[in-house]
Amino acid sequence: MSEVAQEKQDLPAIERCHVLICAGAACVASGAMEVEAAMKSKISALNLEAEVSLFDTGCVGTCDLGPVVIVYPEGTFYVKLKPADAEEIVTEHLLKGRVVQRLLSKDADHVEVPSIFEHPFFAKQKRIALRNLGVINPESIDEYIAVGGYASLGKVLEMTQDEVIKLVLDSGLRGRGGAGFPTGRKWAFAKAVEADQKYVIINGDEGDPGAFMDRSVLEGDPHSVIEGLAIAGYAIGATQGYAYVRAEYPLAIKRLQIAIDQAREYGLLGKGIFGKFDFDLEIRKGAGAFVCGEETALMRSIEGMRGQPRPKPPFPAVSGLWGKPTIINNVETLANVPAIIQNGPFWYSSFGTETSKGTKVFALAGNINNTGLIEVPFGTTLREVVFEIGGGIPNGKEFKAVQAGGPSGGCIPASLLDIPLDYESLQKAGAIVGSGGLIVMDSDTCMVDVARFFLEFTVDESCGQCTPCREGTKRMLEILTKITKGRGTLEDITKLETLAKAITQTSLCQLGITAPNPVLSTLRYFRDEYLAHVVDKTCPAKVCRELITFDILPDKCTGCTICARNCPTHAISGERKQAHVIDQSACIKCGECLVRCKFDAVVKV
Amino acid sequence: MAINESCCCSAEEEAAVQAAINDFEPIRTNLIPILHRIQDELGQIPGWAMEAVADKLDIPLADVWGTASFYTMFDLKGRAKHIIRLCESPPCHITGAKKVLEALKDELGIEPGEVTEDGLFGLELVSCFGVCGVAPAMIVDHQVYGNLTPEMVPDVIAKYREG
Ligand SMILES: Cc1cc2nc3c(=O)[nH]c(=O)nc-3n(C[C@H](O)[C@H](O)[C@H](O)COP(=O)(O)O)c2cc1C
Ligand code: SF4
Ligand code: SF4
Ligand code: SF4
Ligand code: FES
Ligand code: FES
Repeated sequence: MSEVAQEKQDLPAIERCHVLICAGAACVASGAMEVEAAMKSKISALNLEAEVSLFDTGCVGTCDLGPVVIVYPEGTFYVKLKPADAEEIVTEHLLKGRVVQRLLSKDADHVEVPSIFEHPFFAKQKRIALRNLGVINPESIDEYIAVGGYASLGKVLEMTQDEVIKLVLDSGLRGRGGAGFPTGRKWAFAKAVEADQKYVIINGDEGDPGAFMDRSVLEGDPHSVIEGLAIAGYAIGATQGYAYVRAEYPLAIKRLQIAIDQAREYGLLGKGIFGKFDFDLEIRKGAGAFVCGEETALMRSIEGMRGQPRPKPPFPAVSGLWGKPTIINNVETLANVPAIIQNGPFWYSSFGTETSKGTKVFALAGNINNTGLIEVPFGTTLREVVFEIGGGIPNGKEFKAVQAGGPSGGCIPASLLDIPLDYESLQKAGAIVGSGGLIVMDSDTCMVDVARFFLEFTVDESCGQCTPCREGTKRMLEILTKITKGRGTLEDITKLETLAKAITQTSLCQLGITAPNPVLSTLRYFRDEYLAHVVDKTCPAKVCRELITFDILPDKCTGCTICARNCPTHAISGERKQAHVIDQSACIKCGECLVRCKFDAVVKV
Repeated sequence: MAINESCCCSAEEEAAVQAAINDFEPIRTNLIPILHRIQDELGQIPGWAMEAVADKLDIPLADVWGTASFYTMFDLKGRAKHIIRLCESPPCHITGAKKVLEALKDELGIEPGEVTEDGLFGLELVSCFGVCGVAPAMIVDHQVYGNLTPEMVPDVIAKYREG
C-alpha cells in the first residue's frame, strides 16, 4: 500500500475540514480561481472529496494578501497563494495535518500567525455588516439559513409595521450611503404615506473612488441584503423591490441573482412569504454614471431615463419611483438590519458613540500595509485603524494624511490622527464618514495633485444640468492644473476659494455641493504646500513634474551606464566608469533613471 | 447626432438585436436593460439597433439616443476589439498607476482615448471599480488585473494579441 493510501485509511470518512477560498473581486484579480482549480484537482487526485469541503467565500478583508485560503476548524490562514502552493496545502495540511508554515500570514514583526482568530488585522474589529464574509459560501442559501439567516424576516412578520420601525429607530442605525440619515425615521416617513404601491430600493451603485464595501457585501453575503430589503419592504408596506448595482461589479450581480433565485425557490421571495407577505425583487444594472448613485438620479435610471438628479422635496419617501413612496437604502445599511432584528436594538446601539451608533465598514486603500476591508465600532480612532489594524505605512515612509469620504470628503492630517471616527468628529475636521473609503497617503503624495485628481473625477461625473457644477468645477480644475504646473499665482488660491463657495451654494445635488471639499480641506491643512507651488515654484513631495529636476550626484555615480541605456530620450551621457550627466533640456522627467540606478546616484530635486 | 449610421449589419446581428428586444416587455423601464443586452451581444450600440429599440418601445429615436449617450458603458461609435480600462482614481494613482500607464502607452503606441491602428486595442482611463485592495488595477474586457507593475504590461497585452 502506498504511503498516501495508508495515511488516508486512518482518516475517518467524515468531513474533517472546511476550506474556504476568498472569491472576492480583488482575490480573483490576483489569481484565486487558478488557486482553487489547482486545489480542487489535487483534492480529487488524492480522493479527499469526502473529507474535505472546499468552497468560495466573500472578501475576507485582507485583499492585498490575496489569494487567501482559510482552513477550518483551526482557522489556519494561508495568504498570497500560487497554484503550486495550493497543491502543497492539500498534500501537507489536508492530507497529513501538517500546517505549511511558509504560507501563513505574518504579523508586523514577521512572525507567522497561526490562525485567523489571532490575526492582528481582525483583533480590533467588530464585524456586524460583514458578519458572514469569510464565514459562509455566498452561493448557498442553506449556509445563510444555518447561521440564522431569514429568521429575522420571520420574526418581523410577527410584528406590526410600527414595531419594526421603532426597533430600527431604537438601534440608532444611520444610512451608510453617505448622508447618515436615521434609517428608522426614513422608513417612518414612507410608512405614513398612503399609496396603492410603494417601492424599496437597494443602492449598490458604489462609485466613490477607494470604497469597495458594498461590492464585497453583495459578493460575500447577498442574502443579508435581500433579507434587509424585505424587512424594509414589510415595514413601509412595499411589495416590489429593486437592486441597482453598478455594471462594473459583474460578480456582485451574479451572486445577487443566484441569491434571489434561491430565495424565490425557498418561498422567501415572491407571494406569501411565511404565509403573510408578498415581496419580490429585481436587479437593475447601472451603466457607468457615478451620479446615478444619487437617489433621485437612480430612480430616473430605473425608469429608463437619463440619470439626472432632481430637486428635493419632494423626497422619495413621499414621491419616488414612478411617483410612488420609495425608500432607498445603501447595501451596508441593509446588511445590518437582520443582525439588529436578531440581537435587538440595544445590542446594536451598545457599540459606537453617543450619536454614531453601531459599527462602520471602512475600506483601507492607498499607501497602507493592509489594504482591504475592516469593520470597527464608531469612535475607533484613525490611529488605531491606520497603524494597528492597517499595519501602518509601507516602505518605512511617513504618514501624511488620509482622505475620508472620497470626492465629497476631505483630508485628515497627521496632527489629527487621534480623531475618533464618527459622523460629528469627521465633519468638524472638514471630512465626512461618507461611504467609508479611507485613502491613506504617505509623505511622497502631493496634496495639490490629490485635490486635482478628485476634482477631475467630479468634472468627469457631473451630469451637467447646473452651471455652477458643470462650469465651476472645470474652472477649479484648470486653476489646480495651472498650480501643479508651476504657473499658479496667489490670486488663484483666492479664486479657488471664491469658486468653491459659489459651487457649494448653488448646485442642485450633493455631487456639486460637496465637489469643492477636497480642495478646501487640503487648503485648510496643507496651505503651505499650495504656497510652495505658487510662490517658490517647488513641489515639496516632488510629484509635480514641471517643478522637479533629476540630477546625478557625481561622487556617487560609478559610471555603470544603466541610466543612460534606459533613458527614453537619451538625455544622459558619460563615459563608462565616469560620472554621468543629465541634459536637462532633453529630460522628460520620466524618473526611469532614478528607478534604475543601483547606487543612489540619481536624485529628484 | 453622433449616431453610427452604418446600416450594413449582418443577419446574425439583426437577429441578436431582435432577440434582445423581444426578451423584454416593451416598456420604458426596460430601455436600459435592452441596451445592455445589445451592448453585450454586439460590443456596441449601432444606430440601426437604436432605431429598432425606439420602434418597439414606441418612443422617439432622439430619446433612445439621449438616454444611451448619458451612460458611458454604452458604446455608440464602435471601438476596439479589446478595451483596456486603467483605473486612475487616487488609490491607484498614488500606488503607481502612472507608471503602468506609461508602460501601456509604450506597448500600444497610443494615448488614452485612442484605438490602435489594427483596431485590436482601445485604451481608456476610468475611475475606481472597487478593487483598490490590489491597486493599481485595470480591466481588459471583463478580466480584472491587480497589483500591476509596468513590467507586467507586455505579458498581459501579449495574451490578447495572440487572441
Ligand atoms: C453623487 C452621489 C452619489 C451617490 N452614490 C451613492 C452610492 O453609490 N451608494 C449609496 O448607497 N448612496 C449613494 N449616494 C447617497 C444616496 O443619494 C442616498 O442618500 C443613499 O442611498 C440612502 O441610503 P442610506 O440612507 O442607507 O445611506 C450618493 C449621493 C450622491 C449625491
Ligand atoms: S450638482 Fe452637478 S451632478 Fe448634481 S445635478 Fe447639478 S450638474 Fe448634475
Ligand atoms: S528622468 Fe527620464 S528622461 Fe530624464 S534623464 Fe532620467 S531617464 Fe532620462
Ligand atoms: S545608473 Fe547611477 S551609477 Fe550608473 S551611470 Fe547612471 S547615475 Fe551613474
Ligand atoms: S477579495 Fe479576497 S480578501 Fe478581499
Ligand atoms: S482606485 Fe483603482 S480600483 Fe479603486
